Amino acid sequence: MAIRDIENKPKVNILETIIPKILFLFALISILTTVGIVFILLFETLSFFREVSFIDFITDPKWTPLFIPKHFGVLPLLSGTLIVTFIASLIAIPIGLGSAIYLSEYAPDRVRAIIKPILEILAGIPTIVYGYFALTFVTPVLRFIFPDMDIFNALSAGIVVGIMIIPMISSLSEDAMLAVPNSIRAAAYGLGSTKFEVATKVIVPAALSGIVSSFVLALSRAIGETMIVTIAAGGTPKLTLNPLESIQTMTAYIVQVSLGDTPQGSIEYKTIFAVGMSLFVLTLIMNLIAQYITKKYREEYQ
Amino acid sequence: MIRHNGNIKDIEKRRKKNMFYFSLFLFATLFGVITLAVLLVDVFIKGIPWLDWQFLNSFPSRFPERAGIKSAFYGTLWMLGLTAPIAFILGVGTALYLNEYAGDTKLKQILQININNLAGVPSIVYGLLGLGVFVRGFALGRSLIAGSLTMVLLILPIIVVASQEALKSVPSSQRNASYALGATKWQTIRRVVIPAALPNILTGTILALSRAIGETAPLIMIGALTFVAFVPGSPMDSFTVLPIQIFNWTSRPQEDFQYIAAAGIIVLLVVLLSMNGLAIYLRNKYQNKY
Repeated sequence: MAIRDIENKPKVNILETIIPKILFLFALISILTTVGIVFILLFETLSFFREVSFIDFITDPKWTPLFIPKHFGVLPLLSGTLIVTFIASLIAIPIGLGSAIYLSEYAPDRVRAIIKPILEILAGIPTIVYGYFALTFVTPVLRFIFPDMDIFNALSAGIVVGIMIIPMISSLSEDAMLAVPNSIRAAAYGLGSTKFEVATKVIVPAALSGIVSSFVLALSRAIGETMIVTIAAGGTPKLTLNPLESIQTMTAYIVQVSLGDTPQGSIEYKTIFAVGMSLFVLTLIMNLIAQYITKKYREEYQ
Repeated sequence: MIRHNGNIKDIEKRRKKNMFYFSLFLFATLFGVITLAVLLVDVFIKGIPWLDWQFLNSFPSRFPERAGIKSAFYGTLWMLGLTAPIAFILGVGTALYLNEYAGDTKLKQILQININNLAGVPSIVYGLLGLGVFVRGFALGRSLIAGSLTMVLLILPIIVVASQEALKSVPSSQRNASYALGATKWQTIRRVVIPAALPNILTGTILALSRAIGETAPLIMIGALTFVAFVPGSPMDSFTVLPIQIFNWTSRPQEDFQYIAAAGIIVLLVVLLSMNGLAIYLRNKYQNKY
C-alpha cells in the first residue's frame, strides 16, 4: 500500500489540487441557477414594462391580456392566489399543528413508526394527482353542499392545496418541538401539569419560532403551487372574495399561456415572465422571512 | 404559568380538557391518513377497470378505448435516465465542496444561503428558466434534454442538502483514522467518507428523482407535448411524460377520459412507490451506525 502510494505520488498530487477546483465549479452551478432565474425574469419583465406601465400593472382591476381590450392589472391574479392560499391555511395550520403536537407529545413510538411514513407518502403524492382528486372528488362533494357552486372554484382547490401542505407543517413543527429538551418537559410534568398544559404552555411557546417559520414556508409553497389550481380553480381572472366562484391564480395563468401557441416576443409571452417575477419575489420574501424568524427568535437550550 | 389549586373539581376539569384536546390532536393526525386512503381508493376504483395491457402498450388516442400510456411511460424513463446521473454528480460534488473543502468563508455562506433559497423557488419558475435558457438560449428546442436539464436544476438543491446531511453524519474519528494512516484528503474522501455516506446520499437522490418524476408544471413551460404517438429515440426528440399525459386526460370534457386519467395515475404511483421502496430499502440495509 505504502509503496504503491509513493509510486503514485505525482498523480495523487494532481488529484489533490484538481478535485477541489472541479467540485467548486459544480457548486457554482447553483449560483448560476439563481443568476439565470433573475436574469431571465428581469429581462422579459423589463421589456414588458416598456409596453405596460407599472402603475397599471399594480392598480388596474382587470387582467385580460389575451382579449381585446387588453388590460394588464395583476390584482385579479394576485387575489386568486391569495384566496386559495388563505383557504389552504385555514385547513393546513390547525390540522398540521394538531398532528405535530400529537406526534411529538402524545404518540407512543409504535404509533409514530406507522404514521410518519404515511405522512411521508402524502407529502410525496405528485400535485397532478391532487389536482385530479380536487376536480373529480372534492368538487362533486362540495357541489352537493353548495349546489350553485361553479365546477371550477377556489374552495375545492384551496382545500386540496391545504391537504398538500399539511405534511410540511406537521413535520417541520414536530422537528421544532422535538428539539425542546426533555428536561423542560420533565420540569413541567413535575409541577403536576397535564399533557395538554405541557404541550400548549411550555413546548409550543418554546418551539414557536420553528412552528411559525413552518407556516410561512408552507404558505409560500401554497402560493407557488400550480397543477391543483390549474385543474380545479378555473381560468377566469376575477377580483372576488367569493370562494365558490371560478378564479385564476398567477401560476394557473402562466400554464394557460404556455399551453397555447404564443409567439416569443409578443406581449402575451412577456406577461408570463412579469407574473413569474411577481411570484418569484413573493415566495422569496416569504422564504427569507421564515429564515429570519428561525434565526432571530430561536430559543437556545443547553 | 400553571395555576396551583388543590381543588379536586379543578383537577378533573383539567384532565377532561386534556382528554378533549388529545382526541382533537389525534383526529388531526388521522385526517392525513384518512385523506390518503380516500384519494387512493377513489383513484383505484376509477382506474383499475381501464388498466390493461392494451392501455400500457398503446399510444394516446382521441378515442378513450384506444388511448394508452406507452409514449408517456417511455418519456418518463428517458427523463429519469438523463436527469439522474447529471443531478447526482452535480449535487454530490456541490455537497462535497461545501462540507469537505470550503473553509468557513463568506463564499461558503453565500453558496449555502443560495441553495436554501433555491429549494423554495416554485417549480413553475424553474420552468420559465428552462424555457429561457435551455429551449431558447441553448436552442435545444422542446426536447428531452431541455426538460431533463430543467429537472436537474429543480432537484439539485434537494440532493445537495440531503448529501450534506449524509456527509455530516460521518464522524470525524473515521476521517482522522484515515489521515493517521497517511491518506491524503481526497483519498480519505473517496475511500472513507463517500462509502460511509453513500446509502444516505442515494436515498436522498432517489427521493429527489421521484419528485422530478411527478413534476408537471415546469415541463408544460418548456413545452413537453401532450400528444406524442412515438417512443423517443434520442435526447433531442420531443416527448411527453406521465404527469403531462394525465393532465391532458384530466382536462378533457368526455367522462371516459377521467377514468383513463385515473389509470394513468395508478401507473405513476406504482413508479413512485417502487422508487420510494428502493430508497427505504437502501436506507435500512446499508445504514451505518457510529
